[in-house]
Amino acid sequence: MNFDREFFNLGYLDRLSYKDTIIHNIDARVKVIGAIAYIIAVLSFPKYAVIPLIPFFSFQIFSIIIGEIPISFIIKRIFVVSPFILFIAIFNPFFDRNTAFYLFNIPISYGILSFFSILIKFVLTVSIIIILISTTSFSGLCYAMRCFKVPEIFVNQLLFMYRYIFVLAEEAMRMVRAKELRSFNKKGLELKFYVKLAGNLLIRSLNRAERIYYAMLSRGYNGNMPYNKRKKLGFPDLLFILIILIMIYFFRFLEPVNSMGRFILRLIR
Amino acid sequence: MSHHIVKFENVTFIYPDGTSALKGISFTINHGESVGVVGANGSGKTTLLMHLNGYLLPTSGTIKIGDLILNKKTRIEIRKKVGVVFQNPDDQLFMPTVYEDVAFGPINMGLDEHSVDFKVRNALEIVGCYDLKNKPPHHLSGGQKRAVAIASVISMDPDILAMDEPSSNLDPKSRRALINLLKSFKHTKIIASHDLDMILDVCERCIVIKDGVVVADGPSNIILSDQKLLEENNLELPLILQRR
Repeated sequence: MNFDREFFNLGYLDRLSYKDTIIHNIDARVKVIGAIAYIIAVLSFPKYAVIPLIPFFSFQIFSIIIGEIPISFIIKRIFVVSPFILFIAIFNPFFDRNTAFYLFNIPISYGILSFFSILIKFVLTVSIIIILISTTSFSGLCYAMRCFKVPEIFVNQLLFMYRYIFVLAEEAMRMVRAKELRSFNKKGLELKFYVKLAGNLLIRSLNRAERIYYAMLSRGYNGNMPYNKRKKLGFPDLLFILIILIMIYFFRFLEPVNSMGRFILRLIR
Repeated sequence: MSHHIVKFENVTFIYPDGTSALKGISFTINHGESVGVVGANGSGKTTLLMHLNGYLLPTSGTIKIGDLILNKKTRIEIRKKVGVVFQNPDDQLFMPTVYEDVAFGPINMGLDEHSVDFKVRNALEIVGCYDLKNKPPHHLSGGQKRAVAIASVISMDPDILAMDEPSSNLDPKSRRALINLLKSFKHTKIIASHDLDMILDVCERCIVIKDGVVVADGPSNIILSDQKLLEENNLELPLILQRR
């Protein structure tokens, strides 16, 4: 059953974040800063940049190896969101037809360059976010957001979403199962059923929200979500962020591919 | 010690939609007593429990918890005294990890970091779940969820424990562990349940509710062996008494 599989997929992302590797153990705050710096650096490249973006894949390669994340998992996630970005980028080759250079006598237009630039930027930023999420516990991420002064209400929303999405999905799964066991593969009522399912889930979650609120009140909730202070940043955390920032600076401003290319050309001559 | 008594005097409650759930309930529970509240589905057990820490306020009548009369002003204070464990642990465990959940109450009470840590540790050790402290609640089994839900309440050091169907959905071993745990508590206990064997085991006193009024109140072993009374309330003799 399709729905069941999706449900266990959801849990898979969550389970990935409980592994015990060097990357998982780095403080969430540091990882968030690193990811944001990375994204800003990638997006700040000019719109025709393709080659200088390539070295940025090294971050993904390292974290996939060290963090023991299955690469197929990341590729699948990227495919899910890719249609949006393809639609944005697909028209560039048609509008911007000035030839930039010739590659083995094939003219390459600026449009094609910017098409690939957008595509690579997209893959880089989305995959780094997926890696961040699958190597960091959700409560750690929320704690990091709190430290960066993200409004309390958004953080709480996320916390509750994370906590109850599993409960809700399980409820939906049970309803789909109950329907499937009694529908004998009869088609045609699918849409009607899912409309009702959505309505039913909404009412159930409203009721649940009320019970949760009661549970919070009975434990002294007064409008502020309490949270535990975490331990201070350790030496490995600081070392990690230092290395990440230096690497980002190196790849962004010193253009290692260009200098390497020039170096190789000089060797050949 | 008289300051942990629970006293209901002619309490009525009408829901906003007009359903009258409690129709004049009176009883007194003394310090250290453990009391089972039984009755058919829809007899008002859950509504009664929701009054114990002021989530619902009585439409008429008074509730006295310790020295305080329950009203809008005192209910914050009363919530520190009465810990409520809910029927569905998923509703009760709302924080991302077990530790944070058990710490929720103590932090709200304004304790410093050190004593919060001490209370959480203590509460989790009592229910035997300290090893689970970094797990998210959705990775726990039903029995573990229940135990953590209880820990999340006892970390606040309540004087009175109120529980709604604590033994539902538990396998026999977890249920037995829960019963032994409940027996070890010195708190005043109020347990609403259909599990009459558990009530017989844990509670020395039993209150039967029918359609929002108390129809019987007395020692558990007398009430729970009165077949006629039980059958009038959609209940039956506890299994342990049926064998005779």
